[in-house]
Amino acid sequence: MIVRIMGEGQYSVPDEHLREMNVHDEALAAAVTAGDEANFSSALDALLSRVRAVGTRLPDEELVASDLVLPSPSATIEEVTELSGDDGLIPG
Amino acid sequence: MAGLFSRMTSIFKAKANSALDKAEDPRQTLDYSYEKQLELLSKVRRGVADVATSRKRLEMQMQSIQAEADKLEGQGRQALAAGREDLAREALTRRSAALQQQADLQTQLSALQAEEEKLVLAQKRLTTKIEAFRTKKETLKATYTAAEAQTKINEAFSGISEEFSDVGLAVQRAEDKTAQMQARAGAIDELLASGALTDSSGLVKDDITVELERLSSSSDVENELTRLKGEMGQLPAGATPQIAAAPAAAAAVEQPASEELP
Repeated sequence: MIVRIMGEGQYSVPDEHLREMNVHDEALAAAVTAGDEANFSSALDALLSRVRAVGTRLPDEELVASDLVLPSPSATIEEVTELSGDDGLIPG
Repeated sequence: MAGLFSRMTSIFKAKANSALDKAEDPRQTLDYSYEKQLELLSKVRRGVADVATSRKRLEMQMQSIQAEADKLEGQGRQALAAGREDLAREALTRRSAALQQQADLQTQLSALQAEEEKLVLAQKRLTTKIEAFRTKKETLKATYTAAEAQTKINEAFSGISEEFSDVGLAVQRAEDKTAQMQARAGAIDELLASGALTDSSGLVKDDITVELERLSSSSDVENELTRLKGEMGQLPAGATPQIAAAPAAAAAVEQPASEELP
């Protein structure tokens, strides 16, 4: 599957890592719900490091939509909440 | 994936689809979309240039503040040499405030530099993607067979739309930060203008400079006085103020006149 790390680019990640990604995603969602900024940023860090480790960077000239969009490493809970909110702040 | 980021992902996809819905004849809209992309790219370029401008302004302010701190240290020395410890203390207090200001700006500058580097990379990626879109667009227009082309056009649209959302957000974030920084930079400019932190132009004199100049001009006056007294042979009676000496001189003029009388 194709994963985008915002502000960084896209990676092709083999499907067998999907389950592992889901575990990270749940940890992150829990940190967001609890408003726990420290846990959030360490869980995000762990997830992004995994994507970079098991994924292959897509060349910039590749035009393909992502299956999963992940926030940038410096994102805060507030930003992620805004991004995933109903009125999503994504411009365009 | 039913978690947090699947929502984020689906919002990105919704954006791409809403862009596609507007496209009735894919071949015509390919050109239109490409024009639109170039427009957006120039907006991104302007955003990156704005961040660079803010960074340069911050660097210039830091130089002004450094010059101010150096000047205050010099004033501290001058004041001590003139035996004015109170004035020296005031100069050093202000110097320490200026250095604190400097440290705050350094933190902001580092953050802005990091942001700028990321934006420059994002702009490069976007440029490459737009170029790829242009190539693909020409191929699709040449080999157009409705069903097949539609799928490929959809792919290309979604890919580029997602990139635009990502870069658009990055630019928006940088612009927010830059706006905050410009407000602070404006406040520092006002401080510099008010003389609380004097600017390096030297046009506005702060109170310490005024006091030091007063000290040095009053010691200049004393020196001149001593020189004049020396020339007039009054130096042994140097302690006598000039005003007190004046009546004595007048009396000395009267004296010979009375001597001539007999």
